[in-house]
Amino acid sequence: MTAGETGHETSRDEDLRLTVAPPPAGGDGAGLFDLHHPPSAELISDCVHCGFCLPTCPTYALWGEEMDSPRGRIYLMKLGREGAVALDDTYVQHFDACLGCMACVTACPSGVQYDKLIEAVRPQLERHHRRERHDRLFRAAVFALFPHPGRLRVAAVLGAAYQRSGARRLLHRGRLWSLLPDRLQAVEELMPPARLRRLAARTPEVTPAVGTRRRRVGFLTGCVQRVFFADVNAATVRVLAAEGCEVVAPRAQRCCGALSEHAGREPEALARARRLIDVFAATDVDAIVANVAGCGSTLKEYGRLLRDDPAYAERAADFSAKVRDVSELLAELEPVAPRHPVEGRLAYHDACHLGHAQGVRAQPRAVLRTIPGLQVTDIPEAEICCGSAGIYNLVQPGPAGELGRRKVEKVLSVAPDALATANPGCLLQIRRYWPGDLPMFHPVELLDASIRGVDPIAAARAPGGRRRPPWLRRRHEARTAEPGRF
Amino acid sequence: MTTYAGEYLDLLPEPPAGRVTAAFRADVARAVGPGGLITEPAQLRTYECDGLTGYRVTPALVVLPATTEEVAAVVRLCARDGVPFVARGAGTGLSGGALPVADGIVIGLARMRAVLSVDVDDQRAVVQPGVTNAGISAAVAPHDLYFAPDPSSQVVCTIGGNVAENSGGAHCLKYGFTTNHVLALTFVTADGDVVQLGGDAPDPVGPDLRAVVLGSEGTLGVVTEITVRLLRRPEAVRTLVADFADAEDAGNAVSDIVAAGIVPAAVEMLDELAIDACERAVQAGYTPGCPAALVVELDGVAAEVEDEFERVQEICRRNRTTHVRIAADPEERARVWKGRKAAFAAMGRISPDYFVQDGVIPRTRLGSTLTRIRQMSEQAGLRVANVFHAGDGNLHPLVLYDGAVPGEAERAEHLATAIVELCVEQGGSITGEHGVGSDKACSMPKMFGPDDLTVMARVRAAFDPQGICNPGKVLPTPRLCGERPGPHRPHPLEAAGVIERL
Ligand SMILES: Cc1cc2nc3c(=O)[nH]c(=O)nc-3n(C[C@H](O)[C@H](O)[C@H](O)COP(=O)(O)OP(=O)(O)OC[C@H]3O[C@@H](n4cnc5c(N)ncnc54)[C@H](O)[C@@H]3O)c2cc1C
Ligand code: SF4
Ligand code: SF4
Repeated sequence: MTAGETGHETSRDEDLRLTVAPPPAGGDGAGLFDLHHPPSAELISDCVHCGFCLPTCPTYALWGEEMDSPRGRIYLMKLGREGAVALDDTYVQHFDACLGCMACVTACPSGVQYDKLIEAVRPQLERHHRRERHDRLFRAAVFALFPHPGRLRVAAVLGAAYQRSGARRLLHRGRLWSLLPDRLQAVEELMPPARLRRLAARTPEVTPAVGTRRRRVGFLTGCVQRVFFADVNAATVRVLAAEGCEVVAPRAQRCCGALSEHAGREPEALARARRLIDVFAATDVDAIVANVAGCGSTLKEYGRLLRDDPAYAERAADFSAKVRDVSELLAELEPVAPRHPVEGRLAYHDACHLGHAQGVRAQPRAVLRTIPGLQVTDIPEAEICCGSAGIYNLVQPGPAGELGRRKVEKVLSVAPDALATANPGCLLQIRRYWPGDLPMFHPVELLDASIRGVDPIAAARAPGGRRRPPWLRRRHEARTAEPGRF
Repeated sequence: MTTYAGEYLDLLPEPPAGRVTAAFRADVARAVGPGGLITEPAQLRTYECDGLTGYRVTPALVVLPATTEEVAAVVRLCARDGVPFVARGAGTGLSGGALPVADGIVIGLARMRAVLSVDVDDQRAVVQPGVTNAGISAAVAPHDLYFAPDPSSQVVCTIGGNVAENSGGAHCLKYGFTTNHVLALTFVTADGDVVQLGGDAPDPVGPDLRAVVLGSEGTLGVVTEITVRLLRRPEAVRTLVADFADAEDAGNAVSDIVAAGIVPAAVEMLDELAIDACERAVQAGYTPGCPAALVVELDGVAAEVEDEFERVQEICRRNRTTHVRIAADPEERARVWKGRKAAFAAMGRISPDYFVQDGVIPRTRLGSTLTRIRQMSEQAGLRVANVFHAGDGNLHPLVLYDGAVPGEAERAEHLATAIVELCVEQGGSITGEHGVGSDKACSMPKMFGPDDLTVMARVRAAFDPQGICNPGKVLPTPRLCGERPGPHRPHPLEAAGVIERL
């Protein structure tokens, strides 16, 4: 392979068009990449090829292929910078397969910043690689829907109607189901059970602290979260207030851009970041709280994302410095609200964007341990992603499914009464492959219940308790192939 | 300086002439199924080196078989067409053992990672070669058992690679190397036959072919199943870190511990640079700026361990230790080891590039050898970090350099080579556990005379008459090393443009 063979066509896709800077043609100094933040040669050279990151990489765990490992991907970046390979489907496929779980960042003894590297590569691929038509359309559809709470609500109402109408049962009974393309099956199966009443719930703009005010915090209500997990938002606000926080949730806030950013849709992500910074500008809060791991990690990255924008660089850095996951904030505050017992064995699942991307592992456990009666247990192989990863389980349903089943097997091995995780994506993903009924919570929901004096785990255990509708009891075998055979 | 013996030259096979043709590729695809084949140029390039990135060769094909039968079928095709093959585990080797051969194929074992059976009562397990070293211990941990050899790379390196390199680790001082913990192998010979070597009993009748394959660095065939011996977790484990003002004192402490009849589970030494890198990587609590730290671990029966632990502390004090830190609980112990085990991989924190060396010296020469290494490092104007298994005199000097500075890589390589040769002069060996591979083949005559090399060549020719199994590794040849083998020549494949340096 020589540098001469690297010609590639530049993408002409309108919905991916760049608003930041026109893409220079490849091959002018950064190999395949243009000069708008190519993956840094210095960061690439930090990798000493030791392989310590291999065992925690979910795609390496699945396929055992070097080019789908962190070390291999970094090597491909290096080859890309040298212009020694072509930017074709083969090349792009290995970056598309990366879940962005950042387990490799945790594992690397040399401190290789794979997070920065992959975040530099993805927008480059979006700019310079034209995906196949069906892939482009599917991605465009996902991004036309998910980050828009208004549209999502409509979709959720339709979804609820569909789930109740019997059309779903019909579809599942016949062979029709298996005729749906994988990705549509994934969308269908991942659709959370919509509860119509709650779809209308909105977080109040200001919630006063209970008792003495200890903090004034901004609250990110999230796009998917707001629609499908309004309960978690309500619980978050109640807990924060009970612990002495005045909670400000500006109505005008929109999607934070996390989904776009993780998919390399840089212009879209930047626009969303700027807007959110503007919305919170006038709130004068001590901290900005997120209860979704994926959103929180992106909010903490705003400073870096907007580093080239003179009008926003400094404000973005200040904004990022204030961002806390809800468990971080709660762990900082000495508990004041009395806790009541919640009895049971709780498996805590580290969401990658909380554990690996934000390094927040101890705090959610510590917060959960303030609840009397609750035994908090770790899950074996905790560092491996469950396959949810933003929109990954929609665009890569095959590997996402294998990882989901693998995770469920590990959760089953600790025989929990309930599961807690701080990311709705993980929750949907694990529920999709769970063989029976398992109550699942955001940690803050359990804390809220404990403060309010109810025991949701016991309630779920009681006959007629919180049960999953029969259609959600999956026909999937919980056990995957043979152990160790991934 | 030795020259080659005539018989040795006769035993060296011609370089394999087979090529990966379309027909060969189609046959291989049939043998392993389409998912097991990697053919795209960009993908193949990710297999072009192992942990020693200085040598790189792109293979013509990578095959990822899933069963012993698939491996055998692929090897039979190689034998039929004379196509060279190289087995690869996790590619963490530090001597270029898994470096592909141009026009040859790589047989990757990364998909063969099942623990096939665990026999708790007899303390044995049968595993596939792609299971990681730490994976074995994890699989048997519920039975309070573990696999003793513990290379620092244990979370990632495979048992197949461990068998090939006869790998060791910190705890091999007391428990021995991989060879002491492998009972039997299922082995695919270079012509594609599947044979059993060794047996369930520790001492089988007849010549021990299992032992011949152990440490043969993938040059005799492919290991596809391994019966490993498991140990019961010791009743008590005690660990301390003792700081010393200089390496000489630390070295003397090690000698005194051994002389006192104590067999520690592990004795490791780190110098100031190594401590710096570890602390930056994992904050294991070593004292920054300390010129030499010893990690000493004792394990066994509680009463004995307690008594000996006292005596070890006493010996450290007698050798002027400046500080002793005793791990208070299993978590702290884990942290101490995490630091030690991250040492090589953490070098990226203090240097853009490094060469890891692997030499052995008699334990009594520790202090003086370290002083020599320091002088050599100063002369060469390059930093050398030292991390090593002090208990058995296995040094791992890490020569730090910056590949971006012209000429520095070569200077570093010369220094690294000079350091191993120093080890041989001191009565030691050119490799303790990382193997000879591509890296040290030309240094072999430093240590072995013509007769030794001839015997090795005979063994190899008996297993692999065609010379298709990991050719160009371990044994020096005129083609690789010139007519009079010596370590200071540039690699001829490099001169010919077949391989390149980073
Ligand atoms: C950071 C770091 C620390 C290390 N620390 C240690 C240490 O403390 N002790 C130590 O001993 N080593 C150490 N090593 C070296 C290396 O990890 C070991 O040599 C290990 O055994 C290699 O295993 P692997 O699976 O990566 O094998 P590979 O590198 O893939 O292959 C190594 C050799 O084994 C052969 N091989 C692999 N699998 C098979 C098979 N199934 N059948 C036949 N041949 C096979 C290959 O052809 C090659 O010659 C370290 C390496 C790194 C990067
Ligand atoms: S652990 Fe770090 S240095 Fe080692 S191969 Fe992975 S990214 Fe590279
Ligand atoms: S981010 Fe996750 S999937 Fe991607 S290379 Fe790292 S460990 Fe693998």
